[in-house]
Amino acid sequence: MERKTKVNAGDGQQDIVITREFNLPLELLFKAHAEAELIEQWMSHEYGTTKFVKLESRKHGSWQMETTDAQGKVAFRANGVIHEFVPNQKITRTFEMEHSPFGVQLELYVFEKLSDDTSKLTMHVIYESVAQRDQVLKLPFSQGLNMAHNRLQDIVSKLK
Amino acid sequence: MIIRRDVFQAIADPTRRAILVLVATQSMTAGAIAANFDTARPTVSKHLQILTECELLEQEQTGREVFYHFNPKKMKEVADFIEPFRKMWDDRFDKLENIMKKYNPNSNRGKK
Repeated sequence: MERKTKVNAGDGQQDIVITREFNLPLELLFKAHAEAELIEQWMSHEYGTTKFVKLESRKHGSWQMETTDAQGKVAFRANGVIHEFVPNQKITRTFEMEHSPFGVQLELYVFEKLSDDTSKLTMHVIYESVAQRDQVLKLPFSQGLNMAHNRLQDIVSKLK
Repeated sequence: MIIRRDVFQAIADPTRRAILVLVATQSMTAGAIAANFDTARPTVSKHLQILTECELLEQEQTGREVFYHFNPKKMKEVADFIEPFRKMWDDRFDKLENIMKKYNPNSNRGKK
């Protein structure tokens, strides 16, 4: 199986690195991370629609977004500030899920040109603690987004 | 009371990882495993107990001896732990790629 997206989460560390190579020019990859209506499109899925309450894509800007479920109820709201915004190179921002125990995470997005039509994204996410990172990694289990992993979810919840 | 151990904590320990590597190639008794480490025998026993509790190791009685087996199925589950998270991002990025491939507000770029 081809694994385009790689996740590197070292044992006992409080950060993760997500890398992905895209068949897209660098400018388009960056645009997809800078414009609200584009992010909304790729972040939304069958279980929820993501909308920005605000997104100021600039240095010292801030952002807030919410995801509503199929019934239109807000399932999830997150916000943060943009620390650095260098077009086609880098976005540094914070991310905090509101009313959650997961704390604040620092996210460093680095965009690189590979060729005229390909580019690479490296996301370095730093959590407040190892425990918080591991909790976030386990989230897709608890959200039940991956039905195939339900059995494993049972095992993990019994181990807690 | 037996405290169920978190399998991820179990493999976070370097000695326990070394034990797993050792037992992965062949089943061994506690004594044979301990002989590979400078650590005191009771410490190794404790590690074996933790690994057995989280099912990374299985015990088998052969005569008077207890052999420890590696349980590759459990290890596979550990490797799969990050998989749903990775898959979530993979799906998002696939979507991003598809959306942006169609995105072309300026036809004067001449790109197909």
